[in-house]
Amino acid sequence: MTVRANNNARVLFTLAWRYLWRNYRRTIIMLLAIAVAVWAMIFMIALMRGMVDDMVHGSIRSFIGHVQIHHPDYRDDPSVVNRIAAPGGELLEYLESPSLDWTARVRVPAVVSSSRESMGVTLMGVMPERETRMSDIPGQISAGRFIESPDDSGIVVGEKLARRLETDLGKRIVLMSQDPDNNIAERGFRIVGIFSAELAAMEEQYVFVGLETAQQLLNIGDSVSEIEIQGPDYRNVDAIFRSVQELTPTRDVRPWYDIDAYLGSMLSVMDGFVLVWIVVIFMALSFGLVNTLVMAVFERVREIGLMLALGMRPSAILFQVLLETLLLLVIGLAIGNALVIATIIPLADGIDISAVAEGMAMMGAASTLYPALYWQDMLLANIIVIVLGLLAAVLPALRASRYDPVRALTKT
Amino acid sequence: MSTVLCENLCRTFHQGDAVIKALDHLSVSISQGEFITLSGPSGSGKTTLLNAIGGLDRPDSGSITVADQRIDQMSKAQLSDMRLNNIGFVFQAYNLIPVLSARENVEFVMQVQGVPAAERRQNAMEILEEVGLSGMEDRRPGQLSGGQQQRVAVARAIVSKPALVLADEPTANLDSVTMSHLMELFVELNEKHRITFLIATHDQRVMAYAKRRIHMQDGKIVSDERQ
Repeated sequence: MTVRANNNARVLFTLAWRYLWRNYRRTIIMLLAIAVAVWAMIFMIALMRGMVDDMVHGSIRSFIGHVQIHHPDYRDDPSVVNRIAAPGGELLEYLESPSLDWTARVRVPAVVSSSRESMGVTLMGVMPERETRMSDIPGQISAGRFIESPDDSGIVVGEKLARRLETDLGKRIVLMSQDPDNNIAERGFRIVGIFSAELAAMEEQYVFVGLETAQQLLNIGDSVSEIEIQGPDYRNVDAIFRSVQELTPTRDVRPWYDIDAYLGSMLSVMDGFVLVWIVVIFMALSFGLVNTLVMAVFERVREIGLMLALGMRPSAILFQVLLETLLLLVIGLAIGNALVIATIIPLADGIDISAVAEGMAMMGAASTLYPALYWQDMLLANIIVIVLGLLAAVLPALRASRYDPVRALTKT
Repeated sequence: MSTVLCENLCRTFHQGDAVIKALDHLSVSISQGEFITLSGPSGSGKTTLLNAIGGLDRPDSGSITVADQRIDQMSKAQLSDMRLNNIGFVFQAYNLIPVLSARENVEFVMQVQGVPAAERRQNAMEILEEVGLSGMEDRRPGQLSGGQQQRVAVARAIVSKPALVLADEPTANLDSVTMSHLMELFVELNEKHRITFLIATHDQRVMAYAKRRIHMQDGKIVSDERQ
């Protein structure tokens, strides 16, 4: 940088900074407006992200995981015929990576009967130790216990199913399905546990037995219906998905957003919403910002004329107003970001939204909302505010740079 | 060699249906080191001539040469650079930048010119001392009297040793004592630094300091007296 350019930058910065504080009341009001707008932007996004995160986590922990492996025909016909071998060899080696967790299940349609009623259900043969880490149901036992070992002889049912079957803890029910040869596979089980889920449909849909117990019942050796894998972050599952796909090219491997397309699309919609929300809030803010800048320029027309008369180039006047805007935005953003962090830290334990919990539960969200602050969202909000703020300032800045020095100097 | 050469300058303004000839085929030559007053009634074209010579306004026709450069054909950016490097301005209403101190106001032109900070500061302090404002360099314009502000404006106009100082009614808002001090300062700077002064004024007392007095009327020079 030449001495002249360096000097110009310094004089522009000095002028911009001092003009900013010349009318300090107006500047403080504008800074507060920017800070509150930025706070509203980011905090609202954090709440929405928190809600979506909660829904995605809930869904992932409802037997979806981050990546699933099935027989290629399982999605069309989830019967015992379309089963796969339990993990082994290179796949098992990969699944045992420290950053991953996995489980395998038998998951087939079945009929459960009590002495009063019969109902269609999904039989889940589970590895209880792994299932406890990867799903929510084992932690939602309201009576009795969850399955304790793969060869546990008990069965766990949902509260609603128990009511529909008019049965209860300790009573016996009969589970009936088909083996691979289309023979009836049935067995009586004693109810050892009853679970309650946030979604009532789950209480009606699933019954749980030990994995080995299910394999014996269905006569499928050590085969399973599905393998579920969870990584560290649901937003970054593509690497796991690709690795598993390479290791099991003949099987149907899918990421969670493919299995639950609704939830996957919700995440995309959320990203769009973030952008729209930031722009909408900024639009409201921009009126105040432009008004402030127009006033700031208007009240120093003579001084601008003087600077032009003394030999400052019109482009330097333009940069001076833009720099003033940038300083205003950067300070406002810093205060706004600090406010966001100061608001979110005390809310780390979540916000009780039980008043609207029923409606939220229908969407798969819990009654406690945990704001999720992502640095990407903060960065996006900051960049958008700066870029749009500078764009909003271009007009007043251009106007200032185009003043005729003679007319400007005679302005009273 | 001429510092300023104006040939056949014409400049008209429209006021309603009326056409005002602010400069009417005006020609003038000003040599380096001259101390000139420009007088005439209001509307005679004094300020228009100063603005044209200073590159703040363009004539409708004619040519203006300042420091060997044809300025009537320059772009806005070129005019800015020409003003920055060749002309010092002193206006009637002091016209300082209110958010800068006296020293910073004086340094302003040098800073835009790209003069290094140490040299800039030294020059500013010296010139402020020369105009009698030593010790007031950190005051903002609002903390200075009218006469002191005009001295700062003069210091700013001459600090970068321009070829020409254009002053438009520089003493109009000053009392007679301050006026005398300012004019003596102008004369001293003219003699010491050989800076050319062109001062538009109504004031006979100001004209008394000049070695050359140009009188204008209706956009024309009606008398050009040298002492």
